[in-house]
Amino acid sequence: MATPQDLRYSKEHEWARVNGDGAVIGITDYAQRSLGDIVYVELPKVGEQIKQFGSIGVVESVKAVSDLFTPLSGEVVEVNGALDGDPAAVNRDPYGDGWMLKLKLSNPDETKSLLSAEEYDKLAAE
Amino acid sequence: MYAPHTQADIEAMLRCIGVDSIDRLLEVPQALRLQEPLEVVSALPEYRLRRRIEQMAKRNSGADFVSFLGGGAYRHYAPPAISALAMRGEFLTAYTPYQAEVSQGYLQAIYEWQTYICLLTGMDLADASVYDGATALAESAIMAIGATGRRKFLVSRAVNPNYRAVLRTYCNGLDVTVDEITLTADGTTDLEALARAVASQEYAGVAMQSPNFFGNVDALDAAAQVTLSASGTVPVAVIAEAISLAALATPASWGAQIVAGEAQSFGVPVAYGGPHVGFIATTNAHMRRIPGRLVGKTRDSAGRTAYVLTLQAREQHIRRERATSNICTNQAHCALIATIYLALLGETGLRDVAALNLERSRELATAVSNAGIKLRFSAPFFNEIVVEVGRRGRDVLAALQERGILGGIDLGRWYPEYENCILMAATELTTTAEIGKLAGALQEVGRVGAAV
Amino acid sequence: MSAPPSERTVSPLIFDQGQRGRANRYVERGKALDAFLPRNLLRDELPLPENTELDVVRHYTRLSQRTFGIDVGFYPLGSCTMKYNPKVNDTLASQHEFADLHPFVPDELAQGALQVMHELERSFCSLFGMAAFSLNPSAGAQAELAALLVAKKYFRDRGETQRDKVIVPDTAHGTNPASAAMCGFTVISLKSDTRGRVDPAEIRKVLGPDTAVCMMTNPNTLGLFEERIHEVTDAVHEAGGLMYYDGANANALMGNTRPGDMGFDLMHLNTHKTFTIPHGGGGAGHGPLGVAAHLIEYLPTPYVVRDGDRYRLDFDRPKSIGPMRSFWSNFAHAVRALAYLYANGAEGLTKASQYAVLNANYLRVKIAEFLETPYPEICRHEFVASAQRLKKETGVRALDIAKALLDRNFMAPTIYFPLIVPEALMIEPTETESKETLDAFVDALREIVETAKRDPQSLMNAPVNTVVGRVDEARAARQPDLRWDPHV
Ligand SMILES: Cc1ncc(COP(=O)(O)O)c(C=O)c1O
Repeated sequence: MATPQDLRYSKEHEWARVNGDGAVIGITDYAQRSLGDIVYVELPKVGEQIKQFGSIGVVESVKAVSDLFTPLSGEVVEVNGALDGDPAAVNRDPYGDGWMLKLKLSNPDETKSLLSAEEYDKLAAE
Repeated sequence: MYAPHTQADIEAMLRCIGVDSIDRLLEVPQALRLQEPLEVVSALPEYRLRRRIEQMAKRNSGADFVSFLGGGAYRHYAPPAISALAMRGEFLTAYTPYQAEVSQGYLQAIYEWQTYICLLTGMDLADASVYDGATALAESAIMAIGATGRRKFLVSRAVNPNYRAVLRTYCNGLDVTVDEITLTADGTTDLEALARAVASQEYAGVAMQSPNFFGNVDALDAAAQVTLSASGTVPVAVIAEAISLAALATPASWGAQIVAGEAQSFGVPVAYGGPHVGFIATTNAHMRRIPGRLVGKTRDSAGRTAYVLTLQAREQHIRRERATSNICTNQAHCALIATIYLALLGETGLRDVAALNLERSRELATAVSNAGIKLRFSAPFFNEIVVEVGRRGRDVLAALQERGILGGIDLGRWYPEYENCILMAATELTTTAEIGKLAGALQEVGRVGAAV
Repeated sequence: MSAPPSERTVSPLIFDQGQRGRANRYVERGKALDAFLPRNLLRDELPLPENTELDVVRHYTRLSQRTFGIDVGFYPLGSCTMKYNPKVNDTLASQHEFADLHPFVPDELAQGALQVMHELERSFCSLFGMAAFSLNPSAGAQAELAALLVAKKYFRDRGETQRDKVIVPDTAHGTNPASAAMCGFTVISLKSDTRGRVDPAEIRKVLGPDTAVCMMTNPNTLGLFEERIHEVTDAVHEAGGLMYYDGANANALMGNTRPGDMGFDLMHLNTHKTFTIPHGGGGAGHGPLGVAAHLIEYLPTPYVVRDGDRYRLDFDRPKSIGPMRSFWSNFAHAVRALAYLYANGAEGLTKASQYAVLNANYLRVKIAEFLETPYPEICRHEFVASAQRLKKETGVRALDIAKALLDRNFMAPTIYFPLIVPEALMIEPTETESKETLDAFVDALREIVETAKRDPQSLMNAPVNTVVGRVDEARAARQPDLRWDPHV
């Protein structure tokens, strides 16, 4: 799966689709592949304030758990409730149906500290 | 010694490894060599070791006394079919079923156990077992603490004192405060005191046992259920005598979100305290907080029904310091025994056992009353009663013991205010003759006591 | 396993069998329940299936036939010590005078049971170099928790409440960090050195006034002996911390070397590993907790005390951490462990661990001919092989090898543990397996590795000779179905 050009990426394998002071967050295709079959996603509550690179939840696969970090700071305005019944969406469509949460950014400038698709691909290839 | 090697085998293996003696394989720094001979018996041939341990067994005359002991371990009838099945080597010598494809039988049996516990308690799901009823309570408290983020837990004084002690041991580790709810004069939990306590909204959960340690039915009433849900406190039901589940309203029906239970009564021997088998049952909302193994139904590569250990990401081998619990080995084989017991008895058999427990304990209550001994409480009870003997319970028990009777448990051991009280249990195995013998002895002991 | 597929694959639940009215008569008919209690206290229905005894016997016999135990075949499950479980132990444990002895029987009527516990405890002390053992904990993990509670209380009594760190090597079993967390300790994970050992220099870097306990096992979970263990225990003691020995690997040193002599202050045994207690498909276990003299007072209650020729349960121990469970011990297992002890004596136990080490090294050398062994040196009772190279070459993973072994009537080794070895296969043969069995296992494994190079796909489809094929774990976890439901 090609890494979408219009997203920004963190070193922890999360992506952010930034639109003004809003952003959608998810995990990358590389991340979902290394985790394997994802069975459960634990997300923060709507209304919670989260801080860039802080741990905000976990992604569980059959035999592993890994922390979910937010690439950007802000307030959680929506979480993807559909993942409860269909966590496999993260494996199927990590940049689409597998999105995890929407943020109202508290500091849109942080976007600059994230990686471009090209930079992220280089990181993931290592 | 259960090792098969001949001298020739050993030599061939050493040659293959490329060393000249076994000692080479076990080399340790000088300081770690054994400094003194071990103080361990010399080996005995099987017939002699058997005799030796059988002789020790004979020194347990307590197994043959007429007994009214309960208090968290109960003697019930166990059909021989249970051990004929459970002791099959395939079950007995299997490890935890990590490799599902060669463990379908055991996994299915645990899935059946989980189902039985759900049907009996009215809850949504149950785990594959925890160590015992007491640790089930402690682990339930940890679930409630995790679910609410609160650092205090409330427990009724009518909960088995051993369970409360274990709850404290575990909570000490987590620096969680445990407070107790007082009793009513009738040997049940003071629900008004409970309502006052939870109003602070500081308690993660509250544990009640029904039938409680005194044998009394002790469930939350409708008002208490409303108070609890308003305060965000998780109601935990403790079940120490599992046979009661066949008769009494389910913990789910009186509002429990977590049930912490002990299933020893389902065919597991009392065995001087273990192994017994604890369980935790809960609602779907708490599914991911439940400790221990869970078996789930799924499919195999060809679409056939198959069973497997599941939701393992909760567990220590994956989540390590963030696991819901540290439990690894549980009490699977006792859970298997309980499952076979329930399968053999079925609905009718289990209800009969429950009815006989109710009947024999009422027969006991009548007989001791007729012998002039007062029943301490008048609340509805299951198969245990508390009697007031007019002087220290333990003195009366000692006198009964001289007459070949284990009359019950001295409540003064945990409740100073009930120093003159004894907890007595009757099950389907208690005979009318035994009850008569106890009543007679109590009268006699009473007269002796009066004379002193 | 030769029945035709149709018969092998169908195994209805007990809930889908039977007929109402097929109850067995084990007790008298009871009266209606409302003869004893008001209706509002009673449950409405009790929807349990009713089957004849014959049907129940066939059902669970069938389930047993779909289960693999040591009695069925070789069980090289690393870290679990799946040795032969002598039948005499079970006979002794289930004698009436033990099985029907109520835990509240007064001590004077339970002298035999108390003697069993006391003799076992004394023997453990001598064998492992500890001052006392508590037989209270129910399994290894619970003993770990008890030990950490002991440490916490001990430090509190000394006014050293700042000690809140527990150090565990990265090779440690998951219960170690999980137990530490249940005691409110923060876990520090220590990286193993290139030889798979704890480097004393590394541990010194993390030691300090906040060190509470360091948990280790020796040999470690790679099967390697930590020969510099004294440097580690000395350093931890100098920092004021305590050393905990995870006894899951005690089969490697029983009767040869003692954790007490290595400087450990606390330890547990998994007697369901080392002392032949059957694991029962996941338990019950038995996790005696041993301590050095300065920690005796903190042991869980009750403790078995001998006064002259009388034994008693001592509950009056003011500094104790309290009980870990409802009753005194998984007593039936204490009987089994004592029987094993008697059958072996000191010499037998010493030999048993020597043969366990011999068998492991024999397998290691043979298996190294065709699989990577990342630590190619003398091991103790177990060793870790890796399928990493094989996976690169063929795509076949440790998981596939495990499943292929099932097809060849062997239990699989422990896989993906310890975590520091990629594609780990952790193999522990135990002393009760003969050379013929070990050779047959090596042949099977060799054949699997050869197949991987020729026809990897066939292994990825394994197992095919078992009652079901590879089980869909993702489905189980995504759509949890944890019980039969009468309404579905
Ligand atoms: C190395 C190690 N430590 C601790 C444990 C935990 O022991 P238990 O399963 O008896 O709780 C195990 C067993 O699985 C183990 O292998």
